[in-house]
Amino acid sequence: MDLLSRQGLRTDGRRSDELRRISCKMGVFNQPDGSAYLEQGNTKVLAAVYGPHEIRVNRSKAPNDCAVINCQYSMATFSRSERKRRPRDNKSAELTVHLKQAMTTAIKTDLYPKSQIDIFVEVLQSDGGNYSVCVNAATLALIDAGIAMEEFVISCTSSLANGEVPLVDISHLEETLGGPSITVAILPISGKIAMLETSQRMHINHVEPVLTEAMRGCRYIYDTLNKTIKKHYEEIGGALNWGTEEYNI
Amino acid sequence: MNISISLASKKTRHGILKPTSNPPVIFTPGEKIRDEAGFMRGHGTYVSAGSLKATVAGVEQNINRLVTVSPLRCRYNGEIGDVVIGRITELVHKRWKVDLNARLDAVLLLTSIQLPGGELRRRGMEDEQSMRNYLSEGDLISAEVHSIFADGSLSLHMRSLKYGKLGQGVLIKVQSSLIKRSKNHFHNLTVGISIILGNNGYIWIEPTSNDNKDLVGLEDEFEQVVDIGDRQTISRVRNVILALSYYKMLIYDTSIQFALEESKKYTVSDLLTAEACYDIANLTRHRLQIMDE
Repeated sequence: MDLLSRQGLRTDGRRSDELRRISCKMGVFNQPDGSAYLEQGNTKVLAAVYGPHEIRVNRSKAPNDCAVINCQYSMATFSRSERKRRPRDNKSAELTVHLKQAMTTAIKTDLYPKSQIDIFVEVLQSDGGNYSVCVNAATLALIDAGIAMEEFVISCTSSLANGEVPLVDISHLEETLGGPSITVAILPISGKIAMLETSQRMHINHVEPVLTEAMRGCRYIYDTLNKTIKKHYEEIGGALNWGTEEYNI
Repeated sequence: MNISISLASKKTRHGILKPTSNPPVIFTPGEKIRDEAGFMRGHGTYVSAGSLKATVAGVEQNINRLVTVSPLRCRYNGEIGDVVIGRITELVHKRWKVDLNARLDAVLLLTSIQLPGGELRRRGMEDEQSMRNYLSEGDLISAEVHSIFADGSLSLHMRSLKYGKLGQGVLIKVQSSLIKRSKNHFHNLTVGISIILGNNGYIWIEPTSNDNKDLVGLEDEFEQVVDIGDRQTISRVRNVILALSYYKMLIYDTSIQFALEESKKYTVSDLLTAEACYDIANLTRHRLQIMDE
């Protein structure tokens, strides 16, 4: 089965350089300090952030000069076509570590000594690029919680079709049928790479075009999310007379 | 029994209440605010490559040359003199740790509470050993912020008759930014209910007591029965405040009073529905606007 038709269209009708539809909502929960819901195509993720708060467990091991970041990645049992038995398995543990790595690079942990920040992400529906969507959702939730970050952390996954054409923001089908894929998390303004991973061995000549395409995808996602955040803040802030003379008393 | 079901997408957005005519400029993390030259870096900003950048999403605020960006929602940052409501989490040597919804737990020193026997009493070993008799884990207290430590944690005191252990009532939690700072945070509403608006976003609702409180206020008062009418009014006040907080309206005595008056046409349980919340918040906002003009 071809991932790219002769007309240059993918199985879901996108072009090779086209991303899936993005929609998001911030502040979906009341209980956490920050929360977000993000959909990229059919991949749907919920993220919740608690903190910064007092460290409750393993207080003696915690560093004295910066915050402890605690992540948890889990997939709902109903998130895939086949029912999963456990929401957190070995694969989730690995992604948890990667998620922590990516988020730690952006959060200004030195501003929160002796505190802890908990980030929980849950995949509600899985259709490729789960890790990337989780990183993006976690970023939104952190911003909603008012936690200081150097920049956004934005992630995107891209792959290779027919051994030559880079595909951006791949779906589950392309993930399983296609060639090797690259997942990259970047800080979009400075262009720093926070996390980089390939699914399998990849020819050196293919790395650059696929990586470039993934980073272009990241910047597109950044623009979209940035717009949504500003709109959300205008709405909420308007109710509070935020940013006006009245608010500053 | 009435059952009402509505879609999540049908929930009203906050923007409906007050359309923003000229929204402020909002910065998101990593965005450049201005060149560093001639400006000072304040909260919510950092310097990178010669320019000031935001670390949180918010609006810019300038005090002379100081540039700060304040987020819309964050944990409680204490200021000296704030009235707070907190819950005791643990007892350590000569002090209690208090959860205030802040970044770190606050401390309440044994020396900063008023013990029975007057002001000039020395605190000896016996007092230290009987700390749990005064306040134990899980107790709610109202107190005032006394000082701020270098690491950002707060020190509290209860050296006034208005502060003390909280007895029977209801605690609700809202965002700390929604509590309007005012001279008085203790209010007696006309409906016979007292509220304490903690600056940290915790609100305490209790029936107004007629008899004078005992001098210390560290005794449990669980024997007294609160009658059904008071309990219903407490629930009404709670639901009304939650409605105001859902629509991100400032919470202070006038707004609560207006909202309570507008809520009269609903029963207490009806106040939990989305339509009633929207209606009350909307009417309250109108009345507040009229009062301002």
